[in-house]
Amino acid sequence: MPDIIRVEGLVKKFGEFTAVAGIDFTVQAGEIFGFLGPNGAGKSTTIKILATLLKGSGGKASLAGYDVAVSPNEVRQCIGLVFQDQSLDERMTAKENLWFHSMLYDVPKDLFATRMEQVLTMVDLMDRKDSLVRTFSGGMKRRLEIARGLLHHPKVLFLDEPTLGLDPQTRNAIWKHVRKLRDEVGTTVFMTTHYMDEAENCDHIAIIDHGKIQAIDTPANLKRSIGGDTIVVGGDDGLLEELKARYKVDVQKTGGEFQFQMPSGAEFVPKIVSDFAGRIRSIQVKQPSLEDVFLRLTGRAIRDQEGSVLDSMRQNVQLWRRAKR
Amino acid sequence: MRGLKVIYTIWLREFITFMREKFRIIAMIGQPLLYLLVLGKGITAGMRLNGAADVDYISFMYPGIIGMSILFTSMFSAISIIWDKEFGFLKEVLVAPVPRWGVALGKSLGGATIAMIQAAILICMAPLAKISLSVLVVIQMLVLSFLISFAITSFFVAVASRMESMQSFQVIMNFVVMPIYFLSGAMFPMSSAPAWMKTLMALNPLTYGVDAFRNVIFSRTMIPMPGGVPVPLLEMARAGGLVHWGLSFDLGVMTLSAAALAAAGAWAFSKAA
Repeated sequence: MPDIIRVEGLVKKFGEFTAVAGIDFTVQAGEIFGFLGPNGAGKSTTIKILATLLKGSGGKASLAGYDVAVSPNEVRQCIGLVFQDQSLDERMTAKENLWFHSMLYDVPKDLFATRMEQVLTMVDLMDRKDSLVRTFSGGMKRRLEIARGLLHHPKVLFLDEPTLGLDPQTRNAIWKHVRKLRDEVGTTVFMTTHYMDEAENCDHIAIIDHGKIQAIDTPANLKRSIGGDTIVVGGDDGLLEELKARYKVDVQKTGGEFQFQMPSGAEFVPKIVSDFAGRIRSIQVKQPSLEDVFLRLTGRAIRDQEGSVLDSMRQNVQLWRRAKR
Repeated sequence: MRGLKVIYTIWLREFITFMREKFRIIAMIGQPLLYLLVLGKGITAGMRLNGAADVDYISFMYPGIIGMSILFTSMFSAISIIWDKEFGFLKEVLVAPVPRWGVALGKSLGGATIAMIQAAILICMAPLAKISLSVLVVIQMLVLSFLISFAITSFFVAVASRMESMQSFQVIMNFVVMPIYFLSGAMFPMSSAPAWMKTLMALNPLTYGVDAFRNVIFSRTMIPMPGGVPVPLLEMARAGGLVHWGLSFDLGVMTLSAAALAAAGAWAFSKAA
């Protein structure tokens, strides 16, 4: 399949701070590509550069053959964007929101009705098309935004943390729609998330931390790269060095527990129990998850970073919206 | 073509959302009514205008109140940009393949339309200020309101484009909006102000807007003289220094200001977002 997004040596600096420190990757047409990383890792910055909202400080990025820095309008016409913060007009109906979008993207008038039906049916909102968005739940709003992002038939749909703050049921529903989109329409989906379990749904994942890509592969390959099962051992602090020395493995300390990989977890349990008799409080054997991959690659669990001005504004908005209800 | 379409889209969106905000419409009627009935009547009872003792203060202040309402309405229309570009519809507009100047102009035209509706409501209150109207006066007032508001909204679009968060809003209110209002001749005539203030007032575009309002709105009103022929209010106001320039001069300055500010707003908005 041809590459639809191509990024080479992309750098973005904000003054002294380097948000994106030279990344390279390609996204194939028709796949779901996930950017996985903690807050502040550079995910949103990368999306903003690809969506022409920010200019990169160095490197190149192209989308559908257009350089994002040179032809922003051509790029904009072939992408749809769903933001972290919702950008619907709450005082308008679902249909009106879509209509304004069609005006901005120059969707021909006679096509609007069919397109609207198509995208609203896809996200199960056709029966609510004449309701004010104000009356929608968080999940419905997000689905409407996805529908709106698709109205002009973009080649790539960007989803920036599409399931942030949604309950598990709604998150599953959103994923169902995203997969349907890939399978039925063939739209390329580029998404960011910091939920490990969600990243499993992607065809390819790039793990990003401190502005650098640590690994890119399919979820299965990434997990395989860990080499076997994850063993989590609870016990005294002295275990850290002893485990390393005895089994020649790389041990990570998370909370009060020690974590490392072993080719076959089930066979390893009796061994460690007899080797460290009486010193082990608990043992868990886990199939490797992306969380483990992340921990292995970055040396720490995915975490939240300190908030920015924008975050505090975002919080205020949420409080204010709640107060209005 | 794409530019015109985006101007129309943004304008329509402003208009529709305005019509759906009932509280904003109520506030729009209530605030000037408060100024006219409470402040105007109160001041009139204890004040005479220098050099034009026969002109009621409330008649003098009425065009100023229209100017004030337009100033505030325009400012609020434009300042919503700050909020909107992070958490609202504008965010969606900014990633669309449309020229930014079109968005800024649509915003200014939307603000101007809403302010014109507000002016229409205020014009209905003319009898409270002892002002007589004619169809021509009403049309002239609406056109002027649109022009003045277009200029002010554009100015605040430029200001809002430079602002990062709503926190600076109080600063804007105290150091930009209030001085524009106080130095526009809305509350007191320019002729009675000290020289330094006169200079500042002459630099304020709204001064010409308020002066144009007075030119138009005083034109049909006659002031009865005890035992004599009634005198036109406009004539009396001119003689008393309440109206400074002719209508065409005011209009010329306002048009130039509107064009310059629209360009500044479009430019600042394209730069910032």
